[in-house]
Amino acid sequence: MIAIQRIWWQRLSFVNLFLWAFRIAVIVVVIWGTAGTLMAGKYQREHWIFFTVFGLAQGGIYALIALGYTMVYGILRMINFAHGEVFMSGAYTAYFAAAALYNSGYLNRHPLISFLILLSIAMSVSMGVAVLLERIAYRPLRYAPRLVPLITAIGASFFLQYTFRGLYGSGFKAYPEFDVLKGDWIIFGVPVLRTQVLVLVASVLMMVGLYTFVMRTKIGTAMRAVSEDMDAAALMGVNVDRVIAITFAVGGAMAGAAGVLYAMVFKQVHFFMGFVPGIKAFTSAVLGGIGNIPGAMLGGMFLGLIESIGPALILDGLGIVAPYQLKDVIAFTMLVMVLIFRPSGILGERLAVKKA
Amino acid sequence: MGASGAQRTPLRQAVQIGLIFGVVGVYLSLVGMVETFHGRAVIAGVISLGQALLLLTGLGAGFVVARRIPKDRPWHSVAYGALAGSLAGLVLFTLPLLGNFVHLRSMFVNASPTLFELLTFGRGLVRGGLLLLVVGAFLGMSSVLILRIPRRILRPVGVGVTTIFLVSLFQEQLEIMLAGPEAIEEIRRFLFDVRGLTIPGASFLLVVTAVGNALWTKYRESIRQRANQLPAAGQKSLRALLLVAGILLVLILPIVTGSFFAQVLVFVGLYTLMGFGLNVDLGFAGLFDLGFVAFFAIGAYTAALLTSQGPLGIAHISFWGAIPIVVLMSLLAGVMLGVPVLGIRGDYLAIATLGFGEIIRLLVLSDFLRPWLGGSQGILEIPKPMIFGFELATPQQIFYVTVIFCVVVAYIAWRLRDSRIGRAWIAIREDEDVAAAMGINLINAKLLAFGIGASFAGVAGAIFASMVGSVFPHSFNLFISINVLALLIVGGLGSLPGVVVGSLALIGLPELLREFSEFRLLVYGAALVAMMLLRPEGLWPEPVRRRELREFEPGVQPVAEEALAGTKGQVEVERL
Amino acid sequence: MAILTVQNLTKRFGGLVALNRLSLEVEERAIHSIIGPNGSGKTTFFNCVTGFYKPEEGEIIFQGVPINGLTPDQINRLGIARTYQNIRLFANMTALENVLVGMHPRLKSTWVGAVLNTPYTQEEEKQAVKRAQEILHFVGLKGKGDFLARNLPYGDQRRLEVARALASSPKLLLLDEPMAGMNPRETMEMMSLIRRLRDELGITIILIEHQMRAVMGISERVTVLDYGEKIAEGTPQEIQNNPRVIEAYLGTSKAVADVTR
Repeated sequence: MIAIQRIWWQRLSFVNLFLWAFRIAVIVVVIWGTAGTLMAGKYQREHWIFFTVFGLAQGGIYALIALGYTMVYGILRMINFAHGEVFMSGAYTAYFAAAALYNSGYLNRHPLISFLILLSIAMSVSMGVAVLLERIAYRPLRYAPRLVPLITAIGASFFLQYTFRGLYGSGFKAYPEFDVLKGDWIIFGVPVLRTQVLVLVASVLMMVGLYTFVMRTKIGTAMRAVSEDMDAAALMGVNVDRVIAITFAVGGAMAGAAGVLYAMVFKQVHFFMGFVPGIKAFTSAVLGGIGNIPGAMLGGMFLGLIESIGPALILDGLGIVAPYQLKDVIAFTMLVMVLIFRPSGILGERLAVKKA
Repeated sequence: MGASGAQRTPLRQAVQIGLIFGVVGVYLSLVGMVETFHGRAVIAGVISLGQALLLLTGLGAGFVVARRIPKDRPWHSVAYGALAGSLAGLVLFTLPLLGNFVHLRSMFVNASPTLFELLTFGRGLVRGGLLLLVVGAFLGMSSVLILRIPRRILRPVGVGVTTIFLVSLFQEQLEIMLAGPEAIEEIRRFLFDVRGLTIPGASFLLVVTAVGNALWTKYRESIRQRANQLPAAGQKSLRALLLVAGILLVLILPIVTGSFFAQVLVFVGLYTLMGFGLNVDLGFAGLFDLGFVAFFAIGAYTAALLTSQGPLGIAHISFWGAIPIVVLMSLLAGVMLGVPVLGIRGDYLAIATLGFGEIIRLLVLSDFLRPWLGGSQGILEIPKPMIFGFELATPQQIFYVTVIFCVVVAYIAWRLRDSRIGRAWIAIREDEDVAAAMGINLINAKLLAFGIGASFAGVAGAIFASMVGSVFPHSFNLFISINVLALLIVGGLGSLPGVVVGSLALIGLPELLREFSEFRLLVYGAALVAMMLLRPEGLWPEPVRRRELREFEPGVQPVAEEALAGTKGQVEVERL
Repeated sequence: MAILTVQNLTKRFGGLVALNRLSLEVEERAIHSIIGPNGSGKTTFFNCVTGFYKPEEGEIIFQGVPINGLTPDQINRLGIARTYQNIRLFANMTALENVLVGMHPRLKSTWVGAVLNTPYTQEEEKQAVKRAQEILHFVGLKGKGDFLARNLPYGDQRRLEVARALASSPKLLLLDEPMAGMNPRETMEMMSLIRRLRDELGITIILIEHQMRAVMGISERVTVLDYGEKIAEGTPQEIQNNPRVIEAYLGTSKAVADVTR
């Protein structure tokens, strides 16, 4: 013990120094910015609450998408780069149902049923896309070197984007609004946008459902078994192909649900809408420890919060003009920093131990 | 599904294949390819590119049937081919049928009356539908039969048909080239109608190329032998002659073909530069940089800041003066962005670099850095390169600049690959841990790869900035990284000629096919998936590797046999 | 004189103690074998010596220099090379290139020299190729330099791993089960190669091996590990008669399989 500690400074190479400098710089920027913002007192309590609720709602959506990344990575050790497009496909397809329901007036007469219809359409489309993707593009490459499925996934991602562009057109489509969800609800004396409440509640319900599914059902057990050791699970009589297909299906369904919620918050859909949320959801998955389902949920919430509070809290205090333009910079910086400093995620990781 | 393949009856297979190809046809129609390409005639009044696409789908069904179904009963497979083809036609027919009753277009923008008319041959729903079935069956059947034709006939005809397609695709460019004296005009009029080839022109091309190919196949061996029999000096001069001819061709090409073509070639050149760069990272050292566009951007912005005559310019120096600084800056940027990600491997590295690329783009775009980098308004008034007081302004002149840089960069990449450093990179790509155990300093080797790769892209950026005369953050999005990745994969990862082939195929072709542009990334995506599934080594793998692999095949037999014989003898000795 | 001295080396993975206060001395120009049942920490020991694992405690001294904390490439430059239990060649490089990679730390030409194709680089490259050919010849792979490593037969791949390790001119060579999966003739050849490495090139060898006949045939000294602890050390004769060793090998069903193999 003593012997090793005596020479720790010898091992401090210039790379380590660089990384320490990077860490310190980030910490200084965060503290400096926060102090500046808080001292300026530009934002009131209501603002912070608004940011928080917004961030949590946004984070719930990220978390739902992140589940797909994390489950697939848990089983196949591959980044399903096209998962953002799975999310887009459901949201975009459900738009046509939403528009039809809206035009017929049904949407506002029976909002709950309409919402469930949209949800089920989006979930089944995303599920179908995810399963097809696995069957056609990923399954033949299951034992290929790691970069091969990643390149395939990148290819599939763009293929899907431009397929939906070709099918549904290249413009933005405005998602119809539910009348019930216009305006605020007062919760604990604070006005909160109704959509955000719905999104938050729906995404938490989904996640609880998924967690129960994975932990309590037979299929869920099989999934966990395959993610522990694919070959051993196969020897124990688990149909690995089927379990992987179901994993993609469940991940896809979650992404589809997230798609509808996202469309309700941002009120528009587009063929490229999957890319940025996809990357952010991946960030969430890594933040929470990839392969770890509760981790993905926490990671999503955390990223949503940081992204929503960060620009005001950190960047504004630094005197940066229009800090909200840099919202995505914060998310991407989180991504890069997690990958550099803690690739096993906040919750730590089961996988890291096994890979060593 | 895959496991039960052995038990599937031919009938089920044929049905399945027919349905799959039918869905492919529906996909091509709904995604808009059929109708868009219908605007391009291959042979005027006979067939359009869109129709050809559908024809190929039908033929494809037959091909797959012929491949899958045992050949012992020849006429059965013809029948199955017909079945698959007509089924594909039937599936395709559901599209106009459905469109007749439902307003499909409110969802699928391409489900237009024109498309339906195209699919039913303009003969109404009933007669057109029947015709579709018949044509499908005919196509499925005929492709099974085509496969029966001996290769020595099939190949020349195939080449001829391909030539017809290519010539019709490049009609516009070829017509520009053929504009001139009356005699050449005559050829042009013989070959081309207003849109598409003329019938006599197409037949002429078919016959000429088919016969030419047949002759070439016949005499190829003897020509090669004669070339090999030449004395060493003669062979050398022959090779030199071919090289000079090649160089001359490259130099003359843009002059003959006009400025549009030259412009396209400049893009090909810029992507080739970037391709060489990413090839150092990904192809040699196995470092997957998905934010590669960042270095292109850094090169472009550095050049812009240094040379711009506008308010944002800081040095007002010339293009040539800026180049060394650009190289240095992008090299430094590569190293700086490389340091933090040194410890990240494989797929995580790709995502981390993607993050870096996006951060840089967003920062450049933001109002925060606007006073220095111009935000979304970019930097303007970037001068063109000058030589001896002469401005290189036309695409042709820029093309020559690009070619010079490409040659230099290709030379550097080639020297590095075959050096001690190149071996170290490839070792890291193959197995990082072992490379370290062999005494390779991973940090230095990786940073060098990042730096050199980045500097190549930086040069491309500088040329780009100078050519366009301005830089905007929007020019530097993720798609450029994806394009470079795609051209590397298609050309063959790690292969230097593959980079050129890849950028010609993926950058050159689509620039020439304007209709293609909206399907460009669709096809790239499909190409990435297809290459990984079917041909992971790329279209043009490293020649060294190819030679080794080929030479190895005959050699393997004796080695294996010897080893086997040795083992056997040994085992017997042991038993005694 | 001891070329490698290990004192109280401890390596843990979570709760598992892979090496427990291991102390060891390897004499210069010795063939020193390390044996023990599967999972007894032999390969972990190699990984610690070559710098892949950072041990929690203990000291590794090579030729009087403490080497723990150094990176694998620094350790290689000091003169320690290794092979792997499951062959880890650079599969898509030729045999010759594999050896040239092994020579990497001994070469000096830089990337600038390579690009400018300086006479120095050319000369060095020529010498390197010549030497690589000699090494291939030494291990019995003459004329197979242009084969891709993955296309070589199994026995040749094992030899190529040795050749690659030799290329860095090591003073200490760590061989991890070089005879695994070999038939008796190949085993004999490998044994004589190992002897020649020591006798002709003067390289000290630490050998992990399961084939007891080979171990007892060529080693001067044998160390026995069990559950990360050293349970015995001595000449082959002493080890064969040591009751603790016999117990370790026959005491568990897993070990029985090793011995009877």
